[in-house]
Amino acid sequence: MTELVEEERVSFPGATPPHRTRTVSSDGLGIAVHEWGDEGAPPVMVAHGGFDFARTFDVFAPLIAAGGWRVVAWDHRGHGDSEHAHLSSWDADVRDAMAVFDATAPGPLAVIGHSKGGALLLQLAESSPHRISKLVNIDGMPSPRPHPDVADHQRTRLMASELSGWLDSRRTAAAAQRKPGTLDELAQRRARMNPRLSHEWLRYLVSVGARRDADGWRWKIDPTMRMGGFGPWRNSWSLERLSGLAMPMIGLLGLIPEQMGWGTEPDELRPYLPAGGQLVAFEDTGHFVHIERSTEVAELVLDFLGSPR
Amino acid sequence: MTSPELLTHARASLALHTVRKATGGAVGHPLLLLHGLGERTPSTLPLGYEAWPGAVYGLDFMGHGSSTIPLGGGYTCELLMADADAALAHLGPATVAGRGLGAYVALLLAGGRPDVVRGAILLDGPGLAGGGPVPGSPSVIAVNPDHVAPPDPFALAELTRDPRPPDYATNFARQVTQMSTMEDPITVCAVGRPPWLEAVAAEPGVVVSSLADALAAYARTT
Repeated sequence: MTELVEEERVSFPGATPPHRTRTVSSDGLGIAVHEWGDEGAPPVMVAHGGFDFARTFDVFAPLIAAGGWRVVAWDHRGHGDSEHAHLSSWDADVRDAMAVFDATAPGPLAVIGHSKGGALLLQLAESSPHRISKLVNIDGMPSPRPHPDVADHQRTRLMASELSGWLDSRRTAAAAQRKPGTLDELAQRRARMNPRLSHEWLRYLVSVGARRDADGWRWKIDPTMRMGGFGPWRNSWSLERLSGLAMPMIGLLGLIPEQMGWGTEPDELRPYLPAGGQLVAFEDTGHFVHIERSTEVAELVLDFLGSPR
Repeated sequence: MTSPELLTHARASLALHTVRKATGGAVGHPLLLLHGLGERTPSTLPLGYEAWPGAVYGLDFMGHGSSTIPLGGGYTCELLMADADAALAHLGPATVAGRGLGAYVALLLAGGRPDVVRGAILLDGPGLAGGGPVPGSPSVIAVNPDHVAPPDPFALAELTRDPRPPDYATNFARQVTQMSTMEDPITVCAVGRPPWLEAVAAEPGVVVSSLADALAAYARTT
């Protein structure tokens, strides 16, 4: 059996490839855009989470498109089919998002963001409220809780190891490559980040989020990118601005903690919600709420967005 | 100044200039200069450094001087720390003197490599304050695509907005003072004192002194 045959037969119930793809230039950097639904329908912009890519919406996006929307998702720089940049930062991701907005339609747009994508859209809503009409945040709401405290001497050791480990990775980044493997091996590796998602789904994700090289499959994500990291950012900075949002907003939270989640608790967050802001918590659900409960979340989101026309 | 050595940091090429070779057969460790925001490595030895006995190098940060100008920005001081670490990987143990933005990066680098940085000297210069201790109201910056770089207009815009909380800076200072084998591993020479630098200068083990005294002290260390 050739790998091409293997690639062709990977499918997942309800998963539909994008109906259209295009590339948007963000100050010269190519950002890959994927669309589902009628090209003439009103757009809803959809942002993925960290280390994900737009095609993780292959099941969720068609459900929203079926409600009469033109779903526009994009790969963050270094992710999916977007170009691998020299540099990546939070502000650069927000700027790339705005480039996709500008290349899609003027005026306010409905938006849906998962995890880091939800947090990016919160910042866009704060910086450019004229561009966002309604905001759906899927398990990407800031947590009011500070990071757990540790003793000073322990913090010093932890920080030393984190810093030198990160600097070491930058020293070798020029030659970095993702580890190759079979479809099943990559799916099993991803299960460490997505422990609640089925092997069949993760295998499907490999078929659309990895490329087939001569020595096996490799995730397309920029090999110089690394999980974790550090910087001066504080949760409280975005949390304090949340209550100032004026557009209708709904936040969905998965209550089962997992590695990629942010551990945000509904009762802690409620005092920071803007007037009219809604919060819906899903019991027995992890961080990937829209994947674990795609139909239910799509119905809720369509109801929140209202008639597309 | 001769042609720079080209170093690699991920997909970028960074220019490491030899500003002056070691004088009179001196064999001590080198001095690495980190320029301020919008600057580049000086072509001749700046005033005040004449007494340094070893070689003097200068790194052009990404988006500056003869180094790569990245597409679409994305600058952070942490990434510039990794730029400077590429110079350390090439030079080995070195004293690092940074101006403005370079002073903040020198502090981060000393915290990240406390066993390789043989003294960090923090000097006045462009970009010393960054974006202040907390972020201002967020905005999406746009630059003129016809602007002639270097310096990269994204660097100028982004590195004047990056928050520099005092306790974040002191975390790095404590890494240095607790993990370096040197007695006085950080010297603050800057007159300007944005909140991050005020906090660092007040840390136990951080010296406030002149450039001449700092260079003399660090030249003596092995």
